[in-house]
Amino acid sequence: MSAWQPTADLARLQQRAALLAAIRAFFAARGVLEVETPALSAAATTDPQIESFQCMAQVAGQMRPYYLHTSPEFAMKRLLAAGSGAIYQIARVFRQGERGRYHNPEFTLLEWYRPDVSLTELMAEVAALLLPLLPHFDHSESISYAAAMQRYVGVDPHTASIETLATCCRDHGINPPDLGDDRDGWLALLLSHLIEPQLGQGGGLTFLYDFPASQAALAQIRPGDPPVAERFELYGAGIELANGFHELTDATEQQQRFIADQQQRAQQQRPALPYDTHLIAALQQGLPDSCGVAVGIDRLLLLASGAKSLDQVIAFPFDRA
Amino acid sequence: MASYSTSEFKKGLKIMLDNDPAVIVENEFVKPGKGQAFSRVKIRNLLTGRVIERTFKSGDSVPAADIMDIDMQYLYNDGEAWHFMHPESFEQVAADEKAVSDAKLWLKEQDVCTVTLWNGNPINVLPPNHVILRVTETEPGIRGDTATGATKPATLESGATVLVPLFVDIDDLLKVDTRSGSYISRAKE
Repeated sequence: MSAWQPTADLARLQQRAALLAAIRAFFAARGVLEVETPALSAAATTDPQIESFQCMAQVAGQMRPYYLHTSPEFAMKRLLAAGSGAIYQIARVFRQGERGRYHNPEFTLLEWYRPDVSLTELMAEVAALLLPLLPHFDHSESISYAAAMQRYVGVDPHTASIETLATCCRDHGINPPDLGDDRDGWLALLLSHLIEPQLGQGGGLTFLYDFPASQAALAQIRPGDPPVAERFELYGAGIELANGFHELTDATEQQQRFIADQQQRAQQQRPALPYDTHLIAALQQGLPDSCGVAVGIDRLLLLASGAKSLDQVIAFPFDRA
Repeated sequence: MASYSTSEFKKGLKIMLDNDPAVIVENEFVKPGKGQAFSRVKIRNLLTGRVIERTFKSGDSVPAADIMDIDMQYLYNDGEAWHFMHPESFEQVAADEKAVSDAKLWLKEQDVCTVTLWNGNPINVLPPNHVILRVTETEPGIRGDTATGATKPATLESGATVLVPLFVDIDDLLKVDTRSGSYISRAKE
């Protein structure tokens, strides 16, 4: 096959168009407003695990760095703070270096936010949207992060020592890299190698919820013993499809997390990136209590169409872009 | 020394792993939603042939292995080593039994083999896919028996034993597939 040609066949491109139409119809019927926000922003994501693409933009006669968004999250929360009510967006997003069978550096995210719903209600809405689109799935189930770790690898993610986590990896045949005292790194290793492949099997989509507080990202932390991040991820056939949050609304806490991210980046000798001060200002003004979720459209299409890799559902993946 | 970062990992890349040269057989990028990204790799040790699994943190790097696959002409075996010659530079290398391994059963002087060199030393020899070898030992041929599909063992000049049709005789030249070790046809001089 020549490199100018698409890697997805026409039937899958037609299925993509039908999928997008079905999603828009779903939200139109539920009164959720479709919005658009900038793909190019003066602020970057600070998340230490996600890398933005940088571009140079001409601003008042000077060249300044701008960043392609890795998710439309910050700008959509600014809309929420401005009183938009429930909103959704289908956005192209960009993440540096993410390339593999289930990754393409440029991909399509469906993201939506609903003020005044619980995370449980949002999970139900995710299932209501996705199940009719996925012919091989007929129900959804949920399991907490701690219960999944206990069931599949026999560790308590909230209390286990680093040594226990490392031993657990080796006992399960993983030849691990040196992750040192990066506790979340060890948990990510267990999750990605041993647990994710078991989730969303047998015709059910699996919601994984209540993550360790150290992995809260932009989610609220529910106090307790242990405290947990009010977050979920959704899996189908071992593939992560969605990531949902009970959104953090506390401006001070949000700013502290941005700064902590930057410190972590600095420790890894990575460049400092500007965080979104507009988001902090919007949170200071007041974000309604909201839940939000992002769904990977390309992976959704992969599962819906029985494809083996993202390249089969993207017309021109990164290598041909 | 050259090195590769995980973002350069792909099938066929030659790297050093635990001081041995190795080749990446399979590379999978895995990343749980908001967590650390990994490269989950299957790697074949080029000295032992064993395939192992190893996980790298995204951004880690590993030394490159100085590995070259070169087409070289097989010259002779001196009882200890198998000698090969580069067809253009006429440079010669001597491969030991470990490097030649199963390939020795198919080696015929003048044939061009793929020799894998690590830091200039041969560590593996791949014979041509098809070779023509003379039968040195087999039961007498049954003339005309081309239909029954029955077979018998025949020993070839290189030492390999293959199953051949009953009509094959000593001194016949046979074309064989070295990958499956199977008889293809009789061949002319």
